[in-house]
Amino acid sequence: MSRVPVTSSAAALALGDDALVLSHRLGEWAGHAPVLEEELALANIALDLLGQARVLLSMADGTKDEDELAFLREERDFRNVQLVEQPNGDFAHTIARQLYFSVYQHLLYGQLSRGTSPFAPLAGKGVLETAYHRDHARQWTLRLGDGTARSKERMQRGLDSLWRFTGELFRPVEGLDEVDWAALEEGWTEEVRSVVEEATLDMPHGPRVGAWSAGAGRQGLHTEPFGRMLAEMQHLHRSHPGATW
Amino acid sequence: MTTVAAAQSKGTAARDGAAEAEHAQAFEAAVAADERIEPRDWMPEEYRSTLVRQMAQHAHSEIIGMQPEANWITRAPSLRRKAILMAKVQDEAGHGLYLYSAAETLGVSRDELLDKLHSGRQKYSSIFNYPTLTWADVGAIGWLVDGAAITNQVPLCRCSYGPYARAMVRICKEESFHQRQGYELLLALSKGTEAQHRMAQDAVDRWWWPSLMMFGPPDSESAHSAQSMAWKIKRHSNDELRQRFVDICVPQAETLGLTLPDPGLRWNEERGHYDFGVIDWDEFRQVLKGNGPCNEQRITQRRRAHEEGAWVREAAAAYAAKHGEVRA
Repeated sequence: MSRVPVTSSAAALALGDDALVLSHRLGEWAGHAPVLEEELALANIALDLLGQARVLLSMADGTKDEDELAFLREERDFRNVQLVEQPNGDFAHTIARQLYFSVYQHLLYGQLSRGTSPFAPLAGKGVLETAYHRDHARQWTLRLGDGTARSKERMQRGLDSLWRFTGELFRPVEGLDEVDWAALEEGWTEEVRSVVEEATLDMPHGPRVGAWSAGAGRQGLHTEPFGRMLAEMQHLHRSHPGATW
Repeated sequence: MTTVAAAQSKGTAARDGAAEAEHAQAFEAAVAADERIEPRDWMPEEYRSTLVRQMAQHAHSEIIGMQPEANWITRAPSLRRKAILMAKVQDEAGHGLYLYSAAETLGVSRDELLDKLHSGRQKYSSIFNYPTLTWADVGAIGWLVDGAAITNQVPLCRCSYGPYARAMVRICKEESFHQRQGYELLLALSKGTEAQHRMAQDAVDRWWWPSLMMFGPPDSESAHSAQSMAWKIKRHSNDELRQRFVDICVPQAETLGLTLPDPGLRWNEERGHYDFGVIDWDEFRQVLKGNGPCNEQRITQRRRAHEEGAWVREAAAAYAAKHGEVRA
C-alpha cells in the first residue's frame, strides 16, 4: 500500500482521522451506556465526529474517496493522535478522553474558523458541535469528580492514565500554519485545569508524552490497540473488494 | 364499631360506589366517542395495568432492539452506512425514552420498569432474540422488522390513551424513515455483487418468519386481544395485521429481486390477499420462554450495562444532592 502523500492534505487527514477514530470508539458504547440518556449523548457526539470525518477525508486526497481512506489504509498510514485511539475503558476513562480531546478540538476549530484556510467553513460548524461535546465532558467530569468516593477515584485515574497522550495535541500539524500552537496549549491547559479543580480533582503531573511517543500518531506510529480496532472497522469492506454498499 | 360510625362508613362506601359507577360510565362513553383518555382521567385498574404492561414491553423492545443493530456499528462497510446505523440506534434509545415517559404518566417509574425487564418479569419483542450474523441483517431488520413494527404501531397512533398515541406519532415517523433506509440497504446489496446478493437473500430467509411472529399469536390464542380492542388500545387483530404486512411485503420483495422463504405464498384472487404458509408456533413459544438464540445474551448485556453503570448514576445523584440540583 502506497503512503498517503504528505501535502496540505496531511492536515485534512490529521483532523479527519482524529474525528473518525474517536467516533468509532464512541460507537463501541452503543448498548452499553450507564443510562439511556448517555446512549443518546455518546451516539450524538459520535455522529457529529463522523460527519466531520467525512468532510475532512473527502478534502484530503483528490484521487481517493472517504471510504478508500477509512477502510483501505493500514495502521501506519493513519494520522490521528494516539489519544483518540485509546480504548474506552470505564465511563470515567471515556469521559477523561472526551474532556482532553473536546477542549482541544473546540479551541483548534475556534482558531481555524477565524482563519482563511480551506478548513474555516468546516471549523465554523465544528466549533458549535465541539462546544456541546466539551460541555458534556465537563458536566460529567464534575459529577464523577465531585460525586462519590468511588467515582472520584475512577475519574482521577482516567485523567492520570491518559495524560501522557496530551502532549501530542500541541505538535504543529503541517498545513495548519495559521494555528498558534503555543496559545492553543496555554488555553487548553487553563481550561482543563479549571474543570479538573472545580471537580475537586488533581491536575495530573506526570510527563505529557511517553518515552518516544511525542507526535507519534501524526507520523503514523500508533499504540497496539489501534490495529485491532482497524481490523474490526475494515474487515467487511476489505472482504468485498470493489463492492459498493 | 359504633352504629353512627358504621352508618357513616356505609354511606361513604355507597357514595364511592356511586362515584365509581359514574366514572366508569364516563370512561366508557369517552372511549366509545373516540376521545383520548389522559393521565388525570379516571380509568379502570385493568386498563391502566394493560397499558403499563404494553408500553413497558414496547419501551424495553426499543432498548433491547439496539443490541442486534449496534452489533454492526463498528463493522459497517461505508462511512455513510455507519452514520445511518448510528443515527438509527440513537433514535431507538430516544424511542425508549419517550415510551418510558409515557408509561410514567400511569404512575410507574422508569427504574421500576427497568428492574422488571432485568429480572425477566416484563418482556420485550421476541424478534430481538435472533442474531445479526451478516451486514445484510441490518437491512433485513430495517425492511422487515421495522416494517412489521410500523404495521403494528400506526394504528396505535389512534390508541385511546393520549400519551401513548402521541408518542407513537413521533415514533412512527422515525420508524418509517428507518424502514426505507433498510430497504434501500438491501436493494444496494441485491443489485450489487453476487456475494452481496447472496448475503441479502440469506438475511431475508432468516428474518422473514420471525418478523411474521412479531404480530403475536393467532387470534384464536391471543389472551389480551378482545379486551384491548374493546378499550381501543388495539384497533386490529394480530392476524389482520399479519395479513396486511404479508400483502405489503410480497411486491416489495419482487422489486428487491429477492424471494421470500415460503413455498405456500401465493395470491388468492378470491380473498384478495396473499395466502401464506404455517408459522412455526413452537419456535415462537420457545423464544418467548427464553430459549431463543440470543435471549440469554441480550438480557445479560442489558443487566451488565445497568450494573456496571450503577456507580455513574450514584455519582450523578450524589453530585445533585451536594449541589442542590432538583432531580427530574
